[in-house]
Amino acid sequence: MTVAPILRIRGLSVSLGGSAVLREVSFDVAATGVTALLGRNGVGKTTTVRSVLGLHRPGSVARGSSLMFEDRELCGMRTDRIARLGIGYVPEDRAVFAGLTVAENLRLAEPPRGRGTLGAARYDFVHELFPVLRERARQPAGTLSGGEQQMLALARVLLGPSRLLVIDEPTKGLAPKVAGEVAAALLRAARQVPVLLVEQNLAVVRRMARDAVVLDVGRVVHTGGARDLLADADLTNRLLGVAAALEPAETAAAQTSVGTE
Amino acid sequence: MSTFILLTATGLGLAALYFLVAAGLSLIFGLMDVLNFAHGAFVSVGAYAAWTVADHVGGTAGLLLALPAAVAAGAAAAGLTELSVIRPLYARPLDQVLVTVGLGLAIPALLQAIWGADPVEWQLPGWLNGTVTVLGARLPTTRFVLIGSAALLLLGLHLLLSRTRAGLVVRAGVEDRDMVAALGINVRRAFTAVFALGGAAAGLAGLLDGVYQGSTSPGDGTSLLIFAFVVVVLGRMGSLMGTAVAAAAVGLVQQFADYASSSLGDESVVILLAAVLLLRRREPKGRPA
Repeated sequence: MTVAPILRIRGLSVSLGGSAVLREVSFDVAATGVTALLGRNGVGKTTTVRSVLGLHRPGSVARGSSLMFEDRELCGMRTDRIARLGIGYVPEDRAVFAGLTVAENLRLAEPPRGRGTLGAARYDFVHELFPVLRERARQPAGTLSGGEQQMLALARVLLGPSRLLVIDEPTKGLAPKVAGEVAAALLRAARQVPVLLVEQNLAVVRRMARDAVVLDVGRVVHTGGARDLLADADLTNRLLGVAAALEPAETAAAQTSVGTE
Repeated sequence: MSTFILLTATGLGLAALYFLVAAGLSLIFGLMDVLNFAHGAFVSVGAYAAWTVADHVGGTAGLLLALPAAVAAGAAAAGLTELSVIRPLYARPLDQVLVTVGLGLAIPALLQAIWGADPVEWQLPGWLNGTVTVLGARLPTTRFVLIGSAALLLLGLHLLLSRTRAGLVVRAGVEDRDMVAALGINVRRAFTAVFALGGAAAGLAGLLDGVYQGSTSPGDGTSLLIFAFVVVVLGRMGSLMGTAVAAAAVGLVQQFADYASSSLGDESVVILLAAVLLLRRREPKGRPA
């Protein structure tokens, strides 16, 4: 791993509602490719990515925590400023604006000062990735299926001039075929911009991620190559507690659908 | 028949006032989760600013100049409130309630110290004091001014919310503020703008309330606020059309019940609120924007 990091997380400690959720979490997100953040449910993965976006209440993030995005400290910065540095965020619940149309959801994500030719090119890219969004432009986002909402949430961050994408469980709750489409689109996007990805579907992780960071009860317990980790069944089982996650059948299914890119 | 028309026009006139106050209240709650108990005070600030201008200039010109005065005073009071005391307390909702309740008491007291506890009388130009005959009923002209103003505000707010980028930000913010910020949009600017906009509508309500009643006293805004809160709850927080319909319902029910028995007007509103809330409990969850 000789790639310089774009985001350096150092000593990140977060308490929510009085209990410590993250304790001195430190890891790097590489400036290219996908870094996967793994771990069982409730170990602090979402808390970590929400910290990057500055979405915790003031006082939740302990002093001494550091989130260096290139040469900027994100700790203490307002969420909209962080986003304007070029960090695109797709939250776990997708958070599309249900009462707004698909087109309006996308319009919100446009850089405020004019779309210009760059904007038009980005719209083309997004519509080529997700043709369904053009068809449903006038429909309220709340009427889309779960997979379509996920595509809209991804499209929203791809419209902006992103330098890092932070994506929380993009395939959660999606049918395998739809999950494959979403993962394929993500993989294409990841060729242009680095991604910090929280993902439970290890088949998707294996397909996409180069680096892996594993959290357990608020601490980093493993960092290294994603494939090395997943190739080691004992280690995977011990860290993630999911022996079944790499059953051959499931892996094959995910690979055929992801592999259509 | 003419009684029916008179009651309807008066009810809708009252509804117009409720809507002017409730629209801002509802948007502020929808976007920021702030229960703004100081909103009635913004009504009174607008009313006294308007009265002062109308009284100095006099006549139709005075009344026309009172309009921007009311709007500006309401907007300024609300904008300053948001910037100075609401903004530092966004993470502390209970303290926010305390602060707005405090302002809701302090501002009318301040107005009373300046203009006195007795009502100030409005000198309306002749054309506004007259009546218009509709289907045999002689309706005071002021009713139409009230209803027209509320309709214009409804239309204006609707266009603002549906056609502009600022409106888009507000509608999205009502659903999920954090996500709006995560798209790189400064939501706080929208907070201040919505507060000021709500204050402007409240200030206008102050002017119209004075015109409607012929007088203004320091506590008028607070009395209006109680019914405006009922309207906001009935119309579902954050929904503009819901607020308009609820305002009409409350105004009409109040007028007709008042006609049936003069003590029944206010009670009927409370009964309406209770009935709707009980019925609504059975509905499945879900909140239209």
